[in-house]
Amino acid sequence: MFVHASFKKEAGAKFIKEKTEIVQRLGLTDLCLFTEASYTRHLSQADLHTPFQDSPMSLEHFPSGSIAAPPPSLRKINGKMD
Amino acid sequence: MERWIERQRNIIDFTLSSLLRRKGKNVALVCVYTFVVFMLASVMFFVHSIKKEASIILKDAPEMVIQRMIAGRHEVIPLAYIDRIKDIRGVSSIKRRLWGYYYDPIIGANYTLVVPENSQPGPGNIIIGEGVSRTRLAFEGDALEFKSHEGKIINLEVKSIISSESELVSSDLVLISEDDFRRLFGGSRDYVTDLTLQVKNPRELSTIALKVAEILPDTRVILRDEILRTYDAVFNWRGGMMIVILLGALLAFIIFAWDKASGLSLEERKEIGILKAIGWETSDVILMKFWEGMVVSLSSFLAGSLLAYAHVFFTSSVLFEPALKGWAILYPRFRPIPFIDASQLAALFFLTVVPYTVATIIPSWRASTADPDSVMR
Repeated sequence: MFVHASFKKEAGAKFIKEKTEIVQRLGLTDLCLFTEASYTRHLSQADLHTPFQDSPMSLEHFPSGSIAAPPPSLRKINGKMD
Repeated sequence: MERWIERQRNIIDFTLSSLLRRKGKNVALVCVYTFVVFMLASVMFFVHSIKKEASIILKDAPEMVIQRMIAGRHEVIPLAYIDRIKDIRGVSSIKRRLWGYYYDPIIGANYTLVVPENSQPGPGNIIIGEGVSRTRLAFEGDALEFKSHEGKIINLEVKSIISSESELVSSDLVLISEDDFRRLFGGSRDYVTDLTLQVKNPRELSTIALKVAEILPDTRVILRDEILRTYDAVFNWRGGMMIVILLGALLAFIIFAWDKASGLSLEERKEIGILKAIGWETSDVILMKFWEGMVVSLSSFLAGSLLAYAHVFFTSSVLFEPALKGWAILYPRFRPIPFIDASQLAALFFLTVVPYTVATIIPSWRASTADPDSVMR
């Protein structure tokens, strides 16, 4: 298993380079994992409003939203006010 | 030493024949155990590989993205904002990004349309990702129909297709010229989707981000560090489906351990009684039970890990596909690169093999310390 993994990693190095070049050239910010909703397509660009964008009572309903966690930067906890 | 090895060999021999006597029960046990390990290992391999690949690929993502927000929504940003931030000390360059989403009503898929900064495809031409090509059955030289904001049909010719090996970043991309992008979505040329910023000294990044937020209060700043952290936490164990899978596996293990620790079957107790009666010592019985636990758990661990490896890295996690696809029509097909290391397998080993082996020894020790006569009755 480890031998196969090391061969595959070596073989995959050129594809990683290719992907890195695309990210650099196009200024991309995200991986293409889920294409069904904008906030799961560009996970790092999501904000707290996007899953509820249809209406204030419209709960987040795309299946991929239940797999991917929201960006950690959105879960900042502010210090106590008093 | 030779005597010790010989003793272990004989006990393992006896353990294997004892396991074979209860073939049906043990095979079922190994199957369920293997499945639990397989699920845990599959999640572990998949998540780790994606995280690792994301950390390598996205290290060249823009250092800082500036987006304008209006009423909680991302809005286009005026190019005039560039003049207001270009004079901040430490800013080396500002680039504009023009991109957006296009919903294709013909197949019901979403594309990401991007205008490259350099080497644009040229008016009337597009370069598409492999996912778009596969879903829309569009190949080099074909024309794709797009509906503009005015309702007009615009035909764009596929100039080339981005390599399938880079699907993880480009599957749903449609690279388009600025003129065609404006024709499709309308809007003023004085606005772009967002801005990216490069700084001279990366240590000044957070200070510059604060200054940008001060000068442009209607914007939000996304740093590359935040992008990388997003992918580090994307399949967090606390996230929805992950916790369901982990809880399922954990429950299965609790049932296993409980079944083992709550006592032995009558047949097993009888076997221990006979062994004691013919002269086996308590330590021999415990050793036998230790090897029995090891044989079951180790073979399940090895089989589960190997199957998980094949599942994730040969079949592109085919069992996870329905969950990962969701409602998406355009689903990227990518084969994760096996970034596995010994620490992952060690963690899995200590989570699965050790508790089971310990759970098999305790009731055997209790049975083997009892009087053989009473155990056999």
